[in-house]
Amino acid sequence: MRHLTTILALVAVTFAPMSFAEFRFVITKGYDQATEVAITNFCWDGERILPEDISSIVYSDLERTGQFKRPSGPLIANPCNPEDVYFRDWRLQGPDYLVIGNIEQDSVTKKYIVNYRLYDVFREMNIHHARITGSENQLRDMAHMVSDAIYEKMSGVKGAFNTKLAYVTHNRTEDGPVYNLEISDADGHRQKVIYKSAQSIISPAWSADGRNIAFTTFSEKGRTSIKIANRITGQITSLPSYKGINSGAAFSPDGKSLAFVNSQTGNADIYVMNLETKKVKQLTSHWAIDTEPSWSPDGKKLLFTSERGGRPQIYQLTLDTGAVERLTFEGSFNARAHYSSDGKHIVMVHQSSGVFHVAALNTETRELKVLSETDLDESPSIAPNGTMLIYATQQKNKGVLAWASLDGEIASIMPAERGHVREPAWSPYLR
Amino acid sequence: MAKSKLLKLAALAFAAVLAGCASNSSTDADSGDTSTVEDVVTEETGSTGGDELIIIEESVEETVEEVAEMITPEVSTVYFDFDKANVKPEWKDALDAHAAYLISNPGSSVILEGHCDERGTREYNLALGERRATAVSAYLKLNGVATSQIEIVSFGEEKPVDLGKTDAAYSLNRRVEIKYQ
Repeated sequence: MRHLTTILALVAVTFAPMSFAEFRFVITKGYDQATEVAITNFCWDGERILPEDISSIVYSDLERTGQFKRPSGPLIANPCNPEDVYFRDWRLQGPDYLVIGNIEQDSVTKKYIVNYRLYDVFREMNIHHARITGSENQLRDMAHMVSDAIYEKMSGVKGAFNTKLAYVTHNRTEDGPVYNLEISDADGHRQKVIYKSAQSIISPAWSADGRNIAFTTFSEKGRTSIKIANRITGQITSLPSYKGINSGAAFSPDGKSLAFVNSQTGNADIYVMNLETKKVKQLTSHWAIDTEPSWSPDGKKLLFTSERGGRPQIYQLTLDTGAVERLTFEGSFNARAHYSSDGKHIVMVHQSSGVFHVAALNTETRELKVLSETDLDESPSIAPNGTMLIYATQQKNKGVLAWASLDGEIASIMPAERGHVREPAWSPYLR
Repeated sequence: MAKSKLLKLAALAFAAVLAGCASNSSTDADSGDTSTVEDVVTEETGSTGGDELIIIEESVEETVEEVAEMITPEVSTVYFDFDKANVKPEWKDALDAHAAYLISNPGSSVILEGHCDERGTREYNLALGERRATAVSAYLKLNGVATSQIEIVSFGEEKPVDLGKTDAAYSLNRRVEIKYQ
């Protein structure tokens, strides 16, 4: 049996889809002591080659966090079943964890069944075992679910690999500029255009249930309006527009309201719209620019950017009392703040010595930590598990997306395949 | 604009129209197709009567204005300092010319389009661009331009004219464009 599985594994290695296709990110900074995980090629004895390489996707997911790395050399074996795992051999190779798995296809439903196990090599224990079923076009989702589960077992934190990104691409064509609002998996794969325009698109924002994305469009003459795209049906809804700017939409955590920016009084202020009645209420009224509203996880407070103190800084409005508190004092420019889902951090764009970085404010200690090392960094958005954030930056005059860990220790860049990529927004957990 | 000159032009134009009519009728008379011409002439005199002169004068007035001021002021973009929205003194002459044009052409209107360089966030720059356009609007209104002639929009940092990352490029992008409708 062991002999047979080895042969199968070899076949799998030989015919596995080009695994380097997953390495579309470049790690620019990583932990010194990443935990080593060995992931075998998931065994598959079907006749045709599967369109997705699950092991490779899982490796990529884990490596992108910077917390995990693959063994440096080839794996000593490729066991498909628990009885073929020899811990003594694995301890010699040295990974902290081992993941094995196999894929089967139900002969009736044609669904794929991914069966996998996670081992703690030193304790010689199987610490997790699960089975995931799905159709062929769900193989990537299934791989991200494997990543989520084993990441949680190894790190103690829920994984956020099976989530999505919304972002805007900008391309110059012969017929003029083309702007797309797109959605992809959290790893940048499976890109899908959900709205197209000849004018710019900015500020995509997810609803808490992950079904809708609000965004701002420009008319040819420069009038802005807020639209909502349903990610599932593809339907686009336009919200009522008011005089001046209509932009910067943010769904409340309960999904019932939308905070946004409007300037009907002659200056940008924060408003909130009841999405059912479309009734609008003005929340801030100040001669200074108030913009970029963002809800606290409990929906009781709104972060916003205001230059009421002279320079743009982050303020917080308590909705019940109307009290406004200034949160940032370091740096000459702090903007576009977002809470992490646990409320412990606020990420923002932070300017210090003329350079725009992404920074995180610890809400308890009020300590500000710069997370990125590039310049012109924009639009930080935190993963729903609060470990990573994605932001827009520039590389060789091209807009690209980059990941950073919330502790500032790791960073990686997702090179753009075409055009400029910007305005990323990380989805919540998807149901 | 000299009123006498205007009237003189009007009179000339009126004479030209009369001459035209006369020559028309004579030509038409030669062709023998008189009934149609008579109908037309009857209509003209019948409908306008004694107001005819005034009508012609109005149309001439428009022509004169077109010649004199159809061209909108040459400088149509004003520039701003980083993260600032105040109109700098060096742009006052240019804006005065726009104010004068808009006042003497009450039927004309402008869109003031605010823009920013790429530094700072997109939403903040959207608001800052609007603030720049508002500052230009305030200046024009202060100089007598009607609110109804002005619309303010902002493209924020979305439409740079120079894609460079230098201070010179940035300074070209921090602007308000005055666009006649």
